[in-house]
Amino acid sequence: MELITLRSITKTYQMGDISVPVLKGISLSIRQGELIALTGSSGSGKSTLMNILGCLDRPTDGEYWLDGQETSTLSADERALLRNSKLGFVFQSFNLLARTSAIENVAMPLSYAAEDLSEREAKDRAAEMLVRVGLGDRMDHLPSQLSGGQQQRVAIARALINRPPVLFADEPTGNLDSKTSEEVLQMFEQLNAEDGITIIMVTHDPKVAGHANRMIRMEDGVIQGDAPAAGPNPELPGGAS
Amino acid sequence: MKVYTTARTALRALRRNPMRAMLTTLGIVIGVSAVIAMMEIGAGASAALKKTIASMGANVLVVRPGTASSGGVSFGSGTTTTLTPEDSQAILRECPSVRNAAPMVRARTQVVYGNRNWVPNAIYGTTPAYLDVQDWSILAEGEPFSERDVLNGNRVCILGKSLVRELFEGESSVGKEIRIKNITFKVIGVLTPKGANMMGFDQDDVILAPWTTIKYRVTGASLTNTNQSTAAATDSVNTLSNLYPTAQRSLYPERSKIQEANNPMPVRFANIDQIMISANSSAEIPMAIEQITGVLRERHRIRNGEPDDFNIRDMAELTKTLSTTTKLMTNLLLAVAMISLVVGGVGIMNIMLVSVTERTREIGLRMAVGARGQDILRQFLVEAVVLCLAGGAMGIVLGHGGSLLVKFLFKWPVETSPAAIAAAVLVSAGVGIIFGFYPAWKASRLDPIEALRYE
Repeated sequence: MELITLRSITKTYQMGDISVPVLKGISLSIRQGELIALTGSSGSGKSTLMNILGCLDRPTDGEYWLDGQETSTLSADERALLRNSKLGFVFQSFNLLARTSAIENVAMPLSYAAEDLSEREAKDRAAEMLVRVGLGDRMDHLPSQLSGGQQQRVAIARALINRPPVLFADEPTGNLDSKTSEEVLQMFEQLNAEDGITIIMVTHDPKVAGHANRMIRMEDGVIQGDAPAAGPNPELPGGAS
Repeated sequence: MKVYTTARTALRALRRNPMRAMLTTLGIVIGVSAVIAMMEIGAGASAALKKTIASMGANVLVVRPGTASSGGVSFGSGTTTTLTPEDSQAILRECPSVRNAAPMVRARTQVVYGNRNWVPNAIYGTTPAYLDVQDWSILAEGEPFSERDVLNGNRVCILGKSLVRELFEGESSVGKEIRIKNITFKVIGVLTPKGANMMGFDQDDVILAPWTTIKYRVTGASLTNTNQSTAAATDSVNTLSNLYPTAQRSLYPERSKIQEANNPMPVRFANIDQIMISANSSAEIPMAIEQITGVLRERHRIRNGEPDDFNIRDMAELTKTLSTTTKLMTNLLLAVAMISLVVGGVGIMNIMLVSVTERTREIGLRMAVGARGQDILRQFLVEAVVLCLAGGAMGIVLGHGGSLLVKFLFKWPVETSPAAIAAAVLVSAGVGIIFGFYPAWKASRLDPIEALRYE
């Protein structure tokens, strides 16, 4: 099942009189359950593509179908709703709310959700997510009391609280040492394998990319390579464009 | 996003930085407490001032009979004999803007006690209402005469402080008897001293007595005689048993007993010199004048187009002073209040702007996980309003406490004003919304991509 389909997406930034094309016609489709690494040198347009995929930005031209919905024409509020219900984000610098306990950080997106959960239910769900990322005993800890890997796991729990089909990770291991990086990546693999969550990682670390089962390489605003990587789940089909 | 959740999020955000939140509210706390304290102390001062000016007679109207003239010779104001005690009662009964009305007759003659004598400035014959009209109800000693004394023409009187000094040389006068034109009067009370009025007239140099007593026993005459001193300085000898010693010639032709029996006079004709009236408030004076004019014209059967046979005078100067003072006071308080609240509001805006900049990444994150612009706007707006309301509540407590302290320490008059408290709550919420809006709006307009990248 095609979860994401991009049709000749372009993005051009206007700098005064000069227009700077960043994405020059990207066509791509991603099926549910893929674990994708989006790589490329800096300035290749991978962050811009990520922002468009994450509905944070709108393409200048082209179509973006997400879960059967054309999103390139949605308003800012409609995109916010979409981000809340269908997309999860994990950032390089975790972006946890300071002086806010882990469980409250995880429950935060629920307050913007369309469905009305009581405080009790929200707490229960956040606790459940934290247990799933292995932090059941750290619920009331503040971010400053957690290690980097634990913080990133809290961020993953937060990204998954609304049960989105897609998870975006922007350099998820950029601020972690190699050991905790490995833990986080294993968690991604586990989520991908057990829950069928589609994960799209932006990275330029080949070791991280090696965990993916499909690797998309960007260069100068176009897709240069799209191939199944030698990931740990070789049985999953890759390269579906 | 529900209001409740928004409020909780806002509270949580504030709790994350309690020191800053407290400093932010400090401006509002000081502002509101200053407003409340100023309002309460100011209202007390204003009320005290108003009372003082009112006691000088700002609400008082004087009705005097009009001018009589004969052969082109005008006898001056107060020389017709048309004003009656019944007019006074009718005014009180029929004019809603009138609080009280007292008929008055005046006399000026010698007063004797023991081997001392004195001619007071004025001897007023009146009713107990006079004390109320003049805001003089609290006596220094004794008690006022009653309506019954007025009806019976009892020989009782109240002395002014100056008279007590002149006649009694400081010893207690209550219960003693003085003589006014050889009529004995029992002193039943002493007025609280008022001092001189604005014209330099010693207000304590008076005797108050029932008007019936003065009218029928002392002067025995209407004041048609323009020269009162001749009327008073009668040289006929009185005995104490003679109730009406200075009876003058009758106003009407002598009637025989048969005439009396056939046509009894329906009214006891008694004219008075003036009516003292107090209006409900100085603001109601114009209305009171209109109502009194209507009542008196009707009672005196004056046709349309004919001139009034009476004059109504108000204390315009005092009234003006009163309203100017009150207005000045209110405006002053308002100005102080506004300045302190605006300063507090600017403080809130400042801190909120800093807070928005500082929390740019948080805003970006909230937007990334699905917060819409309006959710962010609401969150920051609620934060500002919560800060302001909390500050307002603290300010009310502090301000009220402050004014109570002033009351107990300095014995200043203080008036609790629920209106000021309500206004303070509304204004502090308003300040929160007005000064919180710009930072909140700025936050809601952030681009999530930029915000997330912000360092």
